[in-house]
Parts: sequence; structure tokens; C-alpha cells
Amino acid sequence: MDPIEEIASPEVVPHRLRVDAAHMHYRELNARLREAVADGVSYIELHNIYGQRYLGTDLHRMVEIHIYGTPGNDLASFMDGPRIVVHGNAQDGCANTMNGGAVIVHGRAGDATGHSMRGGQVFIRDDVGYRVAIHMKEYQDQRPVVVIGGTAQHFLGEYMAGGVLVVLGLTLRPGERHTANFIGTGMHGGVMYIRGELDPSQLGKEVGQVPLEESDHRLLTALVDEFAAHFHASAHAILSEPFTKLVPLSLRPYGRLYAY
Amino acid sequence: MLTPLSDENPYGQDKVYDACGLIGIMDTTGQRFSGHDIVKGIVNMTERGNGLGSGFAVYGCYPEYADCYALHVMYTEPTSQAQVEGFLRQHFVLIHREEVPHNPTPGLRNPPLIWRYFVHAGGNDAGTRDEPEYVVARVMEVNTAGWGAYIYGSGKDVGVFKGVGFPEEIAGYFGIPEYRGYLWTAHNRFPTNTPGWWGGAHPFALLDWTVVHNGEISSYGTNRRYLEMRGYHCTMYTDTEVMAYAADLLMRRHRLPIEIAAKVLAPPLWTEIDRMSPQRQTLYRTLRQVYSMLLINGPFTVILARQGEMIGLTDRIRLRPLTAASNGNRLYLASEEAAIRLVSPYLERVWTPVGGEPVIGRLGMSLQPPELAVPEQASRQMTQALAFTSAV
Repeated sequence: MDPIEEIASPEVVPHRLRVDAAHMHYRELNARLREAVADGVSYIELHNIYGQRYLGTDLHRMVEIHIYGTPGNDLASFMDGPRIVVHGNAQDGCANTMNGGAVIVHGRAGDATGHSMRGGQVFIRDDVGYRVAIHMKEYQDQRPVVVIGGTAQHFLGEYMAGGVLVVLGLTLRPGERHTANFIGTGMHGGVMYIRGELDPSQLGKEVGQVPLEESDHRLLTALVDEFAAHFHASAHAILSEPFTKLVPLSLRPYGRLYAY
Repeated sequence: MLTPLSDENPYGQDKVYDACGLIGIMDTTGQRFSGHDIVKGIVNMTERGNGLGSGFAVYGCYPEYADCYALHVMYTEPTSQAQVEGFLRQHFVLIHREEVPHNPTPGLRNPPLIWRYFVHAGGNDAGTRDEPEYVVARVMEVNTAGWGAYIYGSGKDVGVFKGVGFPEEIAGYFGIPEYRGYLWTAHNRFPTNTPGWWGGAHPFALLDWTVVHNGEISSYGTNRRYLEMRGYHCTMYTDTEVMAYAADLLMRRHRLPIEIAAKVLAPPLWTEIDRMSPQRQTLYRTLRQVYSMLLINGPFTVILARQGEMIGLTDRIRLRPLTAASNGNRLYLASEEAAIRLVSPYLERVWTPVGGEPVIGRLGMSLQPPELAVPEQASRQMTQALAFTSAV
């Protein structure tokens, strides 16, 4: 049987699609997705996802994709336009080099979430692994955003070159602090907002803490509102705690590394 | 796209280059379960390997010979069997011997002859040293003799099955689902710097230690020399081998608890040590000085196991993936969460272990927090070590 079947008859809802991806290789699955999007499908449900990689890659149109299960590494890599909602956890490399669109994860995500991201938005409800937003970058009106509901592990924002990274710490118990070290090592662009306090020893050599300005509060309010809407949280409660703002001390931290 | 190199690559140009895949499953009550789950999990990560190696380790699989060393011998020169068996009869009491059962598996090329021998330490020269030392020495003797025979498994009640092929092929070849054990680990290989051959597949084992590894041990040369000076000889042409011998040296011979051994293999950075309490600094500086040649440099994730214990460890800055999870009495470690979910769709906890901090599963331990994944500050062994350090 063809694993792709219309949820309803084509006459009634022609743009909805449901895929049972059990035992399906990612190449076949991504080929089906490209085909479906080219045919004008605008809403897709993927069921029985167990580690299929690169889901949503190479899709360049607005389409909503709901994933049930555990998508594999490099979810939404190079994606440009779709909105992916994961009902489960994401693995490593989520939104790798993503150019546009959104990824919303109702769970946790692994290492290198937002790796080299260049546009679009990522919202993770719970914790993330190491090196989140490593080498995220921005150019003109392309400004990627990563919002983490929980806490992050070491090398957060490593070599970050642009974009906005927000960590809300909602999974920390009262009195518990973020434990990430080497935050912003090599950072040379973009901005990080971390809810809660950090010890200076947790920061990489290339970042500094600066006070939040009015424009920062406006940006944070908009992003937290969106986070709260995705995950039914209280934006007011989240925003009532102070944030730490981190920016790079230099736009070329290694400019003199090899110069004598 | 075809390039002039196309003919030289037997795997074609249509290959996504990747890394090894690992999975381990342990039932901390000791309940034995079939190899069905571990096969399902590792096969789900087929993408991580390239068909040049796969293998399985299982604990509690030989209850009828539980008190015997289960010597698994790979004969790359089948003619050496008589010689090896003569050696084994001379140095051990042979309780049972058999060819390791296998199934015809299309696609596997030139599988070597593989036998297993259930033995007691004994023979002419037994009793001169403690028993595990005696067994290690005999294993090294066979492996370095140049006979074309390798004892690649030597634990009590531990099975090791490995070869060149994809996980599904190796599982089928050895009939892995038919074995039962309370602790399983599996590997899917993507060789980087060393040849793909049957002896080079993971797990690597010595006594009841087994190790499966994803990554590269850049310090292999240093580690190897240190271990050779202590009687361990590397014969498998692969960096991972040193990890099995290092585990045996640190935790059996030197009797270090895993919490300390992990800090030898993956020590905290000096900048982190500088921020510790004076007492803790003394411990960590001592470890780094005494065991500087056992620091495992380079990116790695390993799943180490011995009777009653499964340990997941990554390098200190976590350059290779590892996800840990638990449900009921089962502890899971894997390169990818999806492999765990396929085996156990519902999980009570899923987390990303901190680099250099071991995730430990032990027989009899509860998998409910806070006992699981105790930070080193809270562990009993670490407290004892600190007390010891301050005493000297």
C-alpha cells in the first residue's frame, strides 16, 4: 500500500496529507515530501518517525508539518519556509543552516541545535545539549532566533556570529542556576539573553555582560509571548525575572591570532 | 557524479559520510532479555556505519558455564586451531569447546573461523599469579604469537560477537536475538583511520570488560606505550583497543572506582581545576600527573561494561553524541534517542550526559533520581578519594 494517503477525500480537503513513515528511509520520505509540497499540499502529518534524518530539508514553501515521534539528526537543515512542529524530542543538529521558517519542539533537543542557522525561528520547550547556536549568523534582514525553554549545556553560542539566542531556564528548580560553561566562546556577533544570573567564570573570553535597554525588552517580550503561545506558558511570569544580556567584546576576536 | 575515483570506492559515491553508532541496554535487576531489542536499536542507526564492522556484547548469556572464562577465538589462519587448542589445554582446564554457531548470510565476505572455549584457569603454571592476571597474560601471549588467531573475548559469562558487515548482517550471522542477557551493548562501525577487518570490529574485550566506541583516540600512541609497559599488547590495529585495556588497568588492577577512572580518561580542563576547592584540586592534579599517559585525547563516546555495570562516557568537551534514558529498571545509552524510542517508546527520563561525567548503571541500583547519574560531588567513592587525598 502506498504509505502516503489522503486524510480526507481530495475534493473536500485537497491539501492535507498523512504519512506513516514506519520503516521508511529518510531519502524516500524526503522525496515524498518534496513531491507533496510541489503538488501544493499545505498540511502534512508524519507518524512513526524514528530517527529519519534531514526532515524538511530542501523545502522552500510555506507548509505546516507535524512530526509524531523522534526526528533524526539535522531536522529542517537548509529548510526555507516551512513550519515544523515536533510532538516529541529532536536529536542533534536541529535547524542546521536553516534559512527560513520555524521549528517548534514540544520536548527537548540535542547538541548543536541551530548550528549555523541563518534565518527563521526555533522554539524548544525543554532543555538542549551542547553547542547550541554554534556559528549562527545574520545578514541584513535575515536574523535567526533560537528560544530555549529549559537550560543549555556547555559552549552555548560558541562562535556565534549573529542572530538572537534566548535561554529561559524554566526547567531549573527554584534556586538552581544554569550550569553551562564556556558560554559564547569565540562569539563575534549577535546577542544572547539568559534568564537568571551567571557567574563570570561561566563565560567565554570573548563575551561581555551589558545592561538591557528598552529595545531589548521589546524584543524579549515579543519572543517570550510567542514562546508562551506555543507551549501554553505564562509570558508574564517568565518576564518577571531578570535576564542577563551577553554580547561579543569584539567583532573579530581572532583577527590578530595569526598576525605578528 | 562519477569521478576518476569511483572505481576505487567499492561502496560507490552515493554515501553520506558519518560516524559510528552505539547502543547499550541494561536491566538493573539482572533480568535477562533477548537480543531482539539491541538488534532493533542498532539497526535503526544503520545510517551511522558503512558496513565495515558491527558487533554485540552480552552479559549473562552463558548460565550453564557461568563460572568459566568464555574464550572467544577468531582464527584468521584456520590451520592454527590445533596449535591454539594445544596452548589452551596446556594452560587451562577445558570444560567445553564449540564453534560459535552462525547462519549463512549473503553479503558477508570471508568470515573467519570462530570458536569459543569455556575454561577454568589452571594448567602447568597456574597459581603463580592471581587468576585474572594469569588469564590476561595468556590472552596476550596468543594474540602476539603471530599464529593468525586472536582471543577477542575472555570474560566469565560474557558473549562477544563481531565482524565485518552491517548490524543486520552481523546480527543475522550470529543469531543475536537467540541469546539472552541482562546487559547488552552494540556497535555499528564507520572506520576512519584504521582497517575494517573482523578483529577490528567492536566490541573490544578483555576479561569481562567490553567497550564500544565512537570517535578517534588521538593519544593512541601514548596510551599504547603506557599500556604495553604494563603487559597489555595492542594487536587489533584500532585505537579503541586501548580503552578496554585502560579500563582493566585502572579499575581492576589499580582498583579505582569508575568515578575516578573517568577523571583519568576524560579529566577536567585545567581552567576548571583552577576553580575547584584546594582539596579537590589536589585530587585532580594528582590524577592528571600520575595518569597523564592515560588521558584519552580526541573526540570519543564509549559504552564500557563489565559484569554488573554499564558506563557511558564522552570526552570532556563532548565531541561525540550520547543520549541517556531510563524506564523502569532499564537504562539505555545510545548515539541517537530514536534508537532508544524504537525499543522503548515510553521513557521516564531522557537526558544529554555532561562531557567527562560517567553515566553509570549497576545491578541492584534504582534508576529513579537522584541515585542515577549522581554528580561526582555527591558520589561516595569521590568522597572517599578526597578523604584519602587529604590524608596524604
